[in-house]
Amino acid sequence: MDKKILIVDDDTDFIEQLEIMLKQANYSIDKTYSRAEAEEYLQKNKPDLAIVDLMMENTDSGFALCYHIKKKYNNLPVIMVTAVTNETGFQFDAATKEEQTWIRADAFLAKPIRFEQLKRELTRLLGN
Amino acid sequence: MAELFKVLVVDDEPGMRSGIARVLKECVVSLPEMKTEVRFTVVEADSAEQGLDIIELQKPDMILLDHKLPGMTGLELLIKIAEKKIDILSIMMTAYASLETAVEATRNGAYDFLAKPFSPAELKNLIRKASARILYKRQARSLAEEKKKVRFEFISVLAHELKSPLAAIQGYLNIVHERILGNDLEVYDSMIDRSLIRLEGMKKLIFDLLDMTRIESEQRKREFTNINVCEHAKKAIEISALAAKEHNISIELQCGDNVMMNGDVLEIDIILNNLISNAIKYNKENGKVDVNIGSNNNFIIIKVSDTGIGMKEEETKKLFKDFVRIKNEQTRNIIGSGLGLSTVNKLVQMYDGKISVQSEFTKGSTFIVELMKNSQNIKDESGTQPNNILVKTDETN
Repeated sequence: MDKKILIVDDDTDFIEQLEIMLKQANYSIDKTYSRAEAEEYLQKNKPDLAIVDLMMENTDSGFALCYHIKKKYNNLPVIMVTAVTNETGFQFDAATKEEQTWIRADAFLAKPIRFEQLKRELTRLLGN
Repeated sequence: MAELFKVLVVDDEPGMRSGIARVLKECVVSLPEMKTEVRFTVVEADSAEQGLDIIELQKPDMILLDHKLPGMTGLELLIKIAEKKIDILSIMMTAYASLETAVEATRNGAYDFLAKPFSPAELKNLIRKASARILYKRQARSLAEEKKKVRFEFISVLAHELKSPLAAIQGYLNIVHERILGNDLEVYDSMIDRSLIRLEGMKKLIFDLLDMTRIESEQRKREFTNINVCEHAKKAIEISALAAKEHNISIELQCGDNVMMNGDVLEIDIILNNLISNAIKYNKENGKVDVNIGSNNNFIIIKVSDTGIGMKEEETKKLFKDFVRIKNEQTRNIIGSGLGLSTVNKLVQMYDGKISVQSEFTKGSTFIVELMKNSQNIKDESGTQPNNILVKTDETN
């Protein structure tokens, strides 16, 4: 069975791009467009991994969602993505160990996501 | 609210120090205009050197400083305080009150001068003035900091709003470039379309940002003239006519009596253009837009209704904030910056007006803007005749 990935992002173009890439890599996906929708979805579904955008309805929605996930569904790996890095004070690709423990995501990727990089992170977090 | 200020008294005469301390300990300065009351604690030093140590360690709010001291003089201490950029209000005291010393002291940052001997009333009076001064300064500073914070937040959201379309376009180009979906180029067409839409959105954001900056910078001189709001609504409808025609949307304009106001043409145009173009953008095929310009004694009332996609209640609540866009499948292909209505809102406030929205999800929205006719207190000399104009854009051309 294909592994299932939950995407949380309010930018439909970004979702579409992820969808194309993930399907090519043989993952199945579910989409939600806000923190609230994602939390509701997680009550009923058990995806294998979540890809979460940082800035949605609020500038820190992604952080809040990530925190929620790690508290309630500790085994669900999370990849955080954002188009903005330095401006918010977070350099995702170079996040310090301390920042990473605080945010508690399993991987950080800057938008746009490159296919190869995404596949590498997915293999690392989910195995082959 | 109550404040407790620490006052440092530097004087080599113990009697002087304890005299001042006695007065200040009993002194309560009430500042009703700042809704606060100030009381004082006193720290004493018998030399400028000791005073400087206390300043650095205990950070008093105010210093009463004798000019003539053994060792370092009062003036020298003032200079040290200025050099170290220490935030403290200083008052010089001296028995040899000469104009020269006073000038020298103020030049080096003293707030005021107290000539010895002085009465408790004189001391209290000056302390009162000085306390108000400290509080005003702090208030102004926290206001400036708040402004800086708001600005920083705006810029980080702006950076996100500019980078998101870039990332989306770059993402699509990467997929095309790497031929992730194979060599058949037609499968990539929709991605190119989406990229073009995102580019248009970015362009619009930049234009709206310029509008907003022009309004907020206060660099631009507002030029008030007598404006017929109806004529400007007609102009705004003409600008949007092409977009309306594309979706076969009809626009009706109704004008009431006395729709003259004193306003700045650019500002009034921005308001009307935003409201009318939104009513078209967020409409449905074959929809309708009603523009109604009316007035009462003091206000021009602009009502713009559409038969469009509407909004949920929680969405209307945040609609007038910067960068808020209602994101769903219906709005996906609509180009907007999230700055249009927030700019309108800012303008409406500048005319002592009001903006409100009534909306029904999937049915349509009505925006109501009220603008004060004479927000600048310049007399309206409007002598125009009442008119009723009906414009239907689906009939033009």
